[in-house]
Amino acid sequence: MTEQSPPRLPAPRVAASVVPTTNTHLDIAEVTKNFGSQAVLKGVNLSVAKGGTTAIVGPSGSGKTTLLRLIAGFEHPATGTISLNGTPVAGGGVWLPAHKRQVGYVAQDGALFPHLTVGQNIAFGLDAAKLDGGRRAVRTRVQELLEMVSLDAAMAKRRPHQLSGGQQQRVALARALAREPELMLLDEPFSALDAGLRVATRRAVAKVLSDAGVTTILVTHDQAEALSFADQVAIMRGGKLAQIGNPFVVYTRPADRATAEFLGDAVILDAWMEGSLATCSLGGIPVRRPPAQGKVQLMLRPEQIRIASDGPIRGVVVDTDYFGPETTVRIKLAPLAAAHAAAGAAGNGHRYPGGGEVITIRHWNASITKPGTELCLRVVGEGVAFPLEA
Amino acid sequence: MSVLAVLIALFSLIPLGYVAYMTVATGWDTAVELIFRPRVGELLLNTIMLMVFTVPLCLVLGVGGAWLVERTKLRGHRWWAVALAAPLAIPAFVNSYSWVSAVPSLEGVWSGVLIATLSYFPLVYIPAAATLGRLDPAIEQSAASLGLGPWAVFFRVVVPQLRIAMTGGALLVSLHLLAEYGAFAMIRFDTFTTAIMVQFQSTFNGTAGNMLASVLVFFCLILLLVEVKSRGTARYARVGSGAQGKATRAPLRHFQLPAQLALLAVTALAFGLPVWFVLRWVIAGGAEIWSAEEFLPALLQTLGYGAVGAAVTTVVAFPMAYLAVRHPSWFSKMLELSNYVTSSLPGIVVGLAFVTVSIRAVPGVYQTAGVLVAAYVLLFLPRALVNIRSGLAQAPKELDEAAQSLGKAPLVSFLKVTLRLTAPAAAGGAALVFLAIVNELTATLLLSPNGTRTLATEFWSKSSEIDYTGAAPYALLMILLSAPMTYLLFQQSKKVAGQ
Repeated sequence: MTEQSPPRLPAPRVAASVVPTTNTHLDIAEVTKNFGSQAVLKGVNLSVAKGGTTAIVGPSGSGKTTLLRLIAGFEHPATGTISLNGTPVAGGGVWLPAHKRQVGYVAQDGALFPHLTVGQNIAFGLDAAKLDGGRRAVRTRVQELLEMVSLDAAMAKRRPHQLSGGQQQRVALARALAREPELMLLDEPFSALDAGLRVATRRAVAKVLSDAGVTTILVTHDQAEALSFADQVAIMRGGKLAQIGNPFVVYTRPADRATAEFLGDAVILDAWMEGSLATCSLGGIPVRRPPAQGKVQLMLRPEQIRIASDGPIRGVVVDTDYFGPETTVRIKLAPLAAAHAAAGAAGNGHRYPGGGEVITIRHWNASITKPGTELCLRVVGEGVAFPLEA
Repeated sequence: MSVLAVLIALFSLIPLGYVAYMTVATGWDTAVELIFRPRVGELLLNTIMLMVFTVPLCLVLGVGGAWLVERTKLRGHRWWAVALAAPLAIPAFVNSYSWVSAVPSLEGVWSGVLIATLSYFPLVYIPAAATLGRLDPAIEQSAASLGLGPWAVFFRVVVPQLRIAMTGGALLVSLHLLAEYGAFAMIRFDTFTTAIMVQFQSTFNGTAGNMLASVLVFFCLILLLVEVKSRGTARYARVGSGAQGKATRAPLRHFQLPAQLALLAVTALAFGLPVWFVLRWVIAGGAEIWSAEEFLPALLQTLGYGAVGAAVTTVVAFPMAYLAVRHPSWFSKMLELSNYVTSSLPGIVVGLAFVTVSIRAVPGVYQTAGVLVAAYVLLFLPRALVNIRSGLAQAPKELDEAAQSLGKAPLVSFLKVTLRLTAPAAAGGAALVFLAIVNELTATLLLSPNGTRTLATEFWSKSSEIDYTGAAPYALLMILLSAPMTYLLFQQSKKVAGQ
């Protein structure tokens, strides 16, 4: 293998949110919310395009569910406005109650009505009097919806408690879809499911919603879920949106260190920024749009650091965790090659920071990563630099 | 809704306010004179003796029975589980009447202890059995794996977890002992309540009676405080999720027969004997005791008061429960507390308060059915409250919101979801209130309009005139009406234990 220029970032899949369009379905401007003396939302701005899928992701207590409840109309914002299709629905003296918003909502546990059968649950929001064909039309519609969420038509007779968690979620989705809402809100709908079911249910739900062309907002604390589900990810922290963007962008170019670490494993190293090159224990790493010069923190994703026999960086395996398909390897980096050190010192009178750090990477082959093994590493792609925290 | 709840709470403070006002109005010197006299000392001694013996006996019978039924390989434990709760279907004054029929010489404190223990031990048994049935066996297994023997496990792990059930049960027994009138009057055993009744009947609204009521209320408040203190802040709820294993049952081996005999003796004395004597009087009385002129009005009026009282109580309890579950705050806690205190007051105090207040403030309502129903509401509100609360827990806010996001207006979603889901529990609560009203004697004697005859008061007037055969049909009917409700109460306790 030879040294090659880092690959360019691919174009974002969808960049709807970044560009303000007339196609905006939901617009949230400067929304705040308090519970008692506690500020839960501290000025949130978010715009969601028609037909788009947005994931709001953040640790528990960050205010993401509150934001969703404000959109649904279950809570009033303290200040700020919420508009649907350009029409204000909350804030500025306007208030449209939940039942008039045409917004579907699927709660964490599905919130199926225990006293009704699955069919009655799905038909709950349907008004037989308004449908052509009355009750028979309702029955047909229920069958259609069950089919849409891949459930057997015979399920309509069952009671919610006779269903599995995944089935309950699908019924909740069918119930919310029955009224053909333009906007669907999903509040951690997959978190109660076990891992295998979660992925399958998530894919099924995503497909149903995109087929129906429904604008969707998903709230989750699971970053992988957010990244895989949505075409726009908004990271919420401490009552504010820390970053909004396409999943690939927010993962590879997080706005700050906390976001970087929330969205996935991150290797953080002290580095010296000069021009668009950051020098650290892993050598010189290109950085696009460096935020500062001089001392910075450099972030790389573990998968950007690869074990390669001709790699320029040396390190010693400290220990490993074996997971089957991959192994987490902790590596103590060797002190930087003299040439790098000399360059750093000669250029500006400062030594580059760091040296001898322990980093964690992943590798597929457990047999070559015994503790004490000496390895050569190579870095692929660009890094992200953050200014030093005060 | 909160305005409504405040009004109800204020209303429920009438009896307490009345007692406080009377005590102050009487003046210090008179009060001291009336309270610190030999007669009060005698009543105090009687009451304390009664409690000191009855409460521990009830605890032993209740917890012991619950343990045998729930945690041992007792033959026919399903059957015994119901049999031990059955004495609750027999009002204490009916129990007393049967015992007096069996042993006419019964009198004084020991008879009081006997009858009270047999009548009230299910109040300990029911919560204890419910808790024991629900204890996570994994906790006991952990204790055993930490080196504790079976006895050590029982006393160090099981008994502490039973504490809430035991203190709660003991409090209920104590409050019943303070409030009971009929059972003790029948065996000529004097307590504060019987003495107040005697005062009321002779002087109607004498200061002496009021002062006795103050002492009685003071007692009740102390009991409530003791219970709150001993309950403490310890947590006995199950930690962690996942399915809970089934409790293991201890083998009884050669204790099987003694256990069966002991349970047989207890149920025979507490349930068999009263039922036997009631039936004997009924048979001895023949057809003439069922004369429709007397019997039918009493039955109909009792059913009427029971139904109206249960309905009003449920309606009144709903806003309080709703507030407590959906908008819990110190305010909703205060509302509940004020009501809890009032309902712990003996019926005689509530009755006395309503008599005086209605005569002085709104003379028009004195001796009307409305005042009696109001007293029932205050006395039995917690029974409805507890049930509606657990019902509302089955109807979380999320379901309401789901309905609204499906296009239902708040009122519609409240009716179609919240109210619909709460209805079964509310009906259960209403049934319990109904049962309590059917068997209520003391407040009914004080407050019922002229000419009103309920099963309890008819029974009382007949048995007071030693017309035991004439009283028997009323006793039988009260037992028959109570039986299904007792079963309901027993079933329900299994669901709410641990809360």
